[in-house]
Amino acid sequence: MAEINGSPPGAAEKFTLRLRRFDPESGEAPYWDEHTVELEPHRSVLEGILQAKALTDGSIGIRCSCRAAICGSCGVRINGEPGLACHTHLDHARASAAADGVIEVEPMGNMPVIKDLIVDMDAVHWKKVQRVTPWLIAKQPVPEREYLVEKEAMVDVTQSMACIQCGACVSDCLAMEVDPGFIGPAALAKAYRFVGDPRDDQQDIRLTDLAEDPQGIFDCTHCFKCVEACPKGVNPMGQIMRLRRIAIGDQKIVDKNNGERHEAAFTTLVKDFGLLNEAELLPRSYGGNSWFGKFHPAAGKVLLSLLGVTVKAVMRGKMSPKLAIFGHKLPKQDLDAVKKIYEKIESREERYELNLYITGYDEPDETPVPVAAAASSGEESPAAPDTEGSAN
Amino acid sequence: MKVAYWPGCVSRGFTPELHGSMALLAPLLDIELVELDRACCTGAGVIAEHNQELADTLNARTFALAQQVEGAELMMNICSTCQGAQSECQERLDANAEYRGHVNETLAAEGLTYEKDPAGWAGSFTNKNFLWLLVEEIGLGALRAKVKRPLTNLKVGPFYGCYIVRPRDRLGIDAEHPRDHYLHQVIDALGGTVIEYAGMRKCCGFPIITMNKDASLKQAGRHLGDAVDADADCLVTPCPLCHLNLDMQQPLAEKVVGRDLDMPVLHLPQLVGLALGLEPKELGLSRHVVKPTSVIDWTTTVVGAAA
Repeated sequence: MAEINGSPPGAAEKFTLRLRRFDPESGEAPYWDEHTVELEPHRSVLEGILQAKALTDGSIGIRCSCRAAICGSCGVRINGEPGLACHTHLDHARASAAADGVIEVEPMGNMPVIKDLIVDMDAVHWKKVQRVTPWLIAKQPVPEREYLVEKEAMVDVTQSMACIQCGACVSDCLAMEVDPGFIGPAALAKAYRFVGDPRDDQQDIRLTDLAEDPQGIFDCTHCFKCVEACPKGVNPMGQIMRLRRIAIGDQKIVDKNNGERHEAAFTTLVKDFGLLNEAELLPRSYGGNSWFGKFHPAAGKVLLSLLGVTVKAVMRGKMSPKLAIFGHKLPKQDLDAVKKIYEKIESREERYELNLYITGYDEPDETPVPVAAAASSGEESPAAPDTEGSAN
Repeated sequence: MKVAYWPGCVSRGFTPELHGSMALLAPLLDIELVELDRACCTGAGVIAEHNQELADTLNARTFALAQQVEGAELMMNICSTCQGAQSECQERLDANAEYRGHVNETLAAEGLTYEKDPAGWAGSFTNKNFLWLLVEEIGLGALRAKVKRPLTNLKVGPFYGCYIVRPRDRLGIDAEHPRDHYLHQVIDALGGTVIEYAGMRKCCGFPIITMNKDASLKQAGRHLGDAVDADADCLVTPCPLCHLNLDMQQPLAEKVVGRDLDMPVLHLPQLVGLALGLEPKELGLSRHVVKPTSVIDWTTTVVGAAA
C-alpha cells in the first residue's frame, strides 16, 4: 500500500532482511546474507530488497515490475510462506519473523532457481499451464454478435481468472513436492476457467484428459496449501474439486486412477452404513463400488500388497476380525434418516450449490429469511445458483 | 464441562485406541462426553467433492443433534479431518440464512433444525477439536497442574497435518488463537521437548492412497524421515487419518523411501494421558503397528525413578 502523494504516515525504521543467495553458474553453494534497510513500516518487502540492491549490493537478483500486486513477478517466500514481495508490508513481515525479528526471503519452491530470488517459471509453471489448453474452444456456430450466458456462470469463472500467474501456489504444492509431474494448482485452476465457461465446447474432452492423467485432478492431496498461498483468492483446490465433481457427476467419467471409484465407494458406504467402513473402502476404490469389488483383479493386487500391514494390525488388536469384515453401522432409525437425505438430494435434477464467491456472506445483523421463503425460492434461487449445472 | 462429543468413524474403526484413550482421559480433565452416536460420517471432504448440499445437510444433521444435548455448550471432535470437513460445511451454513433454511427444510423430516446461534450455547454454534478445547477451554496452566508424570527428556515431534491448520480464516487461526502452534504448547505444558521438523504441517498423503499410492507413501515417508533426522523419539497427531498413513502404512512407506524409519506415532489423547498418569497399555499403545518402544521405555524409566 504505497502512498504515492503526501507525507508518509510513519517515520522510517530499520528492518533487517536475510536473503537466500544462489548463482548456479558460480559453482558455489547457496548462502544467506543480511541487509539492513531504512523505510517506513508500511513499505513493502520488495521496496526493502530494492533499497538493499540500490544502496549496498547491486548483484541481488529479484524479478519485479508493477509493484502493485498485479503483474505477479515478485513471488517469493517470506519467513517460509509464499507470497508477493510487493504485497507484504515490512512491519507485517517482521511480526511473522522468527524471534530475532529478521525478515527471511527465499526463492519460491518446486521450481529451479535461476539466480537468488528468481526462479525458472518457464520450466515448471508455464509448461503446466500450456498443458491444459488454456484458451477457449468456442461452441459452433459462433453467434453473429455475442454468446448469451448466465451472469452467475461468468462471475463464477472470474475467480480463476483473478490468477496473476505469480506461482505462489505452485511453490508450496505438497503433491508436486513428491510428484513433480503433477499438473498442479495454478494450471488446474486455469483448466476450470474453461471447463466452467458455458461458451466452451470441449468440457468432456478436457475433463477426460485431466481425469485419466495419473498426474491430473486425482493427484491433488487436498492439503489447502494453494488456498492459503494465493494472494488473489483464486482457491485453486476448490477449482480442482469442481473439476472432479463435474468429471464424475456430469460427464460420468470413470478414470483409470480410481478417482471416480474412490468417490463412489466412499459416498455409497456412508449411505449404506452411516459411518465409514474402512475395510471396504480400499478394495472398492480399486475394484469397483460393490461388495464384490474386492474380488476384482485390480483390488486383489493391492490387497496383497497391503496384506502384511493388515495382518500386523489385526495381530496387535488394532482391528477386530469382526470389524474388518462387517464394519460399524448406525442404529436403523438414524440410518434410514441418512438414506432419506441422500435420496432427496441425489434425486434433484441439478446440484444445489452455495457459491460463497458469488453470494458473499450475510451481514452479521441480517434477519434470517424464514424457512418457508427460502424453500419456495427452489432450485433456481439466484442466491444459490448451481453455476456448474448452468455451465454445461 | 459437558460436551457433545463426535468421535468420528476411524477412531471407532481402524484406530480404536484413539476413542478408547479419549474416554479414559476425559474424566481426568473434567470433561463429560455425551457421544453423538446417532450422527453419520462427515464425508471427509469426499462427499462435499461429490455433492456439496449432501455434505452440508449430513453435517447440519450432526450439528442439530449436538444442539439437542442438554447442558452442553460446545461440540468436540477428536479428528482433524472431521474438523476440517465440518468447518467447511458450517461456513456455508452460517454464511447464508436462505441456504440454511433450505438445508433445514430437509432436516425437518426428522424434526431437526440447525441453528447458527442456539439457545443455551455460548454465543454461536461452536465445534472444537480436542486440541483447541484443551488449550482454550481447559487452559495450559490447568493442564500443567494435572501432570503426574512429566514428559521429561521425551522428544516429541508435532504432526499437525492439513485440515486443522488450513485455511486459517475458516479455522479461526489468528494472533490471539495460534491454533497452528497448540501442539507445541501442549507438548511443552506436559514437560516434553518439542522437536521441529520440515513436515510438521504438511500432508501425510492419506487422501491419495488409492489414487497415487507411491506419491502418498512418499509423503508419509519423507515427513517421518525428517522427524528421524531431527532426532524425535515419537510424533503426536490430532488426526486418525494421518495416523493411518504414518503408523499403519509406515512399513510400506519405509520401502518407498528406502530407509528404516521406526518412528512411533501417538494420538493426542494418548500423549496427554501418559503425562496425566495413565498406563501405556490402557491407552492402547500396544495396538500401534510401529511399537512405541521409546515412549514406553521412557514411562517405565520415569516411574522407576520416582518409586
